[in-house]
Amino acid sequence: MAAPAQGAVASAGPGPEIARPAAGARGELVRRMRTNAEYVVIPAIALIAAGLVFAVFLLAIGRSPIDFVDYVWRGGFGTAFSLQNTLQRSAPLILTALAVAIPARIGLIMIGGEGALVLGGFAAAAIATPMIGVVPPFLTLIVMFVVGAAVGAMWVGFAGFLRYARGVNETIASLLLNYVGIAIMNFFVEGVLRDLSNPNKPSTKPIGEAYMVGKIPGTDVHWGFAVGILLAILLQILMSRTTFGFAARIVGGNMRAALAQGLPVGKIMVACTMIAGACAGIAGFYEVAAIQGRANASLAAGYGFTGILVSFLARHNPIAIVPVAILFGGLVASGGLIQRRMDLPDATVLVLQGLIFVVLLISETLYGRFAIFRANETKERT
Amino acid sequence: MNAAIVTVLIAMLGGAIRVSTPFMFVALGECLTEKSGRVNLGLEGTLVLGAMVAYATSYHTGSPWAGVLAAGVAGSALGAMHGSICSLKRVNDVAVGIAMMLFGVGVAFFFGKPYIQPTAPRLGSIPLGGFSDDPSLRSALDVNPLFFVGILVAFLMAWALANTRVGLVVRTVGDSAAAALAMGLNVNRVRILATTVGGFLAGVGGAFLSLSYPGSWNQGLSSGQGLMAVALVIFARWNPLRCVAAALLFGGAGALGPALQSVGVTQGYYFFNAAPYILTLGIMIATSSATRATRDMPGELSMAR
Repeated sequence: MAAPAQGAVASAGPGPEIARPAAGARGELVRRMRTNAEYVVIPAIALIAAGLVFAVFLLAIGRSPIDFVDYVWRGGFGTAFSLQNTLQRSAPLILTALAVAIPARIGLIMIGGEGALVLGGFAAAAIATPMIGVVPPFLTLIVMFVVGAAVGAMWVGFAGFLRYARGVNETIASLLLNYVGIAIMNFFVEGVLRDLSNPNKPSTKPIGEAYMVGKIPGTDVHWGFAVGILLAILLQILMSRTTFGFAARIVGGNMRAALAQGLPVGKIMVACTMIAGACAGIAGFYEVAAIQGRANASLAAGYGFTGILVSFLARHNPIAIVPVAILFGGLVASGGLIQRRMDLPDATVLVLQGLIFVVLLISETLYGRFAIFRANETKERT
Repeated sequence: MNAAIVTVLIAMLGGAIRVSTPFMFVALGECLTEKSGRVNLGLEGTLVLGAMVAYATSYHTGSPWAGVLAAGVAGSALGAMHGSICSLKRVNDVAVGIAMMLFGVGVAFFFGKPYIQPTAPRLGSIPLGGFSDDPSLRSALDVNPLFFVGILVAFLMAWALANTRVGLVVRTVGDSAAAALAMGLNVNRVRILATTVGGFLAGVGGAFLSLSYPGSWNQGLSSGQGLMAVALVIFARWNPLRCVAAALLFGGAGALGPALQSVGVTQGYYFFNAAPYILTLGIMIATSSATRATRDMPGELSMAR
């Protein structure tokens, strides 16, 4: 039988753990460690299994898996330069993964991150155009940040609203909105907002060096990375330590129960999807204000899609998203090196990501099958 | 001005026939899959992989129809994979669909790189516009045989679902797994088979993309057609014949941008390109309801709230 879709998503993340009575402080700790270990061990097994399958694939096409690992290490983590490049690329991944994780906590599979990133980045660039040279950089960046986040929030929030108000399937709606978002950006970038002095790629006017977001002191990594981590922490607190998060967990666990309790399900849904969209919009803002300097088609670089995988691997846990995003940031960063040195197409990283995603979802079936993780078999049995 | 409108309408007619064919195949495949109680969101990936495999096979064998068959086989493989993974306990079919979409697209881009440059033999078309002297009408009525195959499949599927034992089995499994179990049916096996056949159809739809219209293989070949086709099934209320009608409607919407461009209306090109997505979304908003399940929806579908 098909497992109920919402339950499967809602069970993600080590969220709803209701303490059992008479467990004792120590027993409770052991129990929690055991049950939480499952959420780390099983995704790790999935990652290794996918890696093995990918290694066989590489061998089958006559490439060395060891070389592959070597290049990922060198291109993504080995040197100070590559590590900083990785961290830079993990910033949008953290943010787009958060855009998947927060709705997932209320049982929605939203994948509108790509569209919200593109539109958020575009809106930030568009609002900056008349401000350049008039308004001081710091103030301009604040306005860009807010506008990028707001546009992203509207975009994904719209899909959340449709889900609540009209029962529209949020996965399909958010995916469609990705295409619409990219089309809207292209419409403006090739039309009224096109920088005519740039004959190459249709883009908005550059915001200029003085208006770009700076680097974190002592590094070559822009502030988006720090903001991503900060948001991950804040959202973890929001979802696990506040009444709002508690209500959201009830909505995710059992929609009917939440309705029966009189919880404002619609508001929670729209709020969670707006938070998600804001995260993706902020990712777009940093792509424009820290990397590209202008909005153009390169904004749709697939960060939104890799973010889906990051969030699923992290089991939609905001804190866990950070290391997973860094891992995949490294993979994305080493893509160019792998392509050149191993003579592999640039889609190699896509194949590996797809493989990891598929194997990861297969591993969902393993939960609850290993006695070692079971909470009620603590001291007496072992 | 009048002539321009006629040109646009003819271009839209031809466009509707051409653009609707991949929609039709994917929608029919998804329709069968959903009738059995599963959602396969991965058909976008199947479409892209089908397009690549068809093009590559046609290039190597010189036979575009061998390409169509190979695309179907590749689609079946992805479908069988999706169906089998979803048969595991606690696995969410929507999430698997997204994963399969990324996987299918990744594999297609990976193996498809060498085929972007060369030209493969394309599928021929049936000239139905012989009666007319108008060259634009004649080119609009150069219809690919796959279009008719799709319509035939739709009629066959509608008939089989309503009148045969296999159809009854698929519908029972899709409406109530408990009832199917009580009948002694193997629910998972039926669903895996339905998803596999659905994948075959979607793969054939991909073959149309690369071998007929647009008729070449590149990485931007499909931009969400597979996904829109999935939404289209909801609009068609899980009826194969209505899927064909909806596909034609979508084909017309998709042909709007190029048709306007052909008469020199280039303004808002991107807006018209976005028309199919906006239309899909609008249709989903119009046909869904917050309070009741969509009419005729198979009871086991996880889309049901």
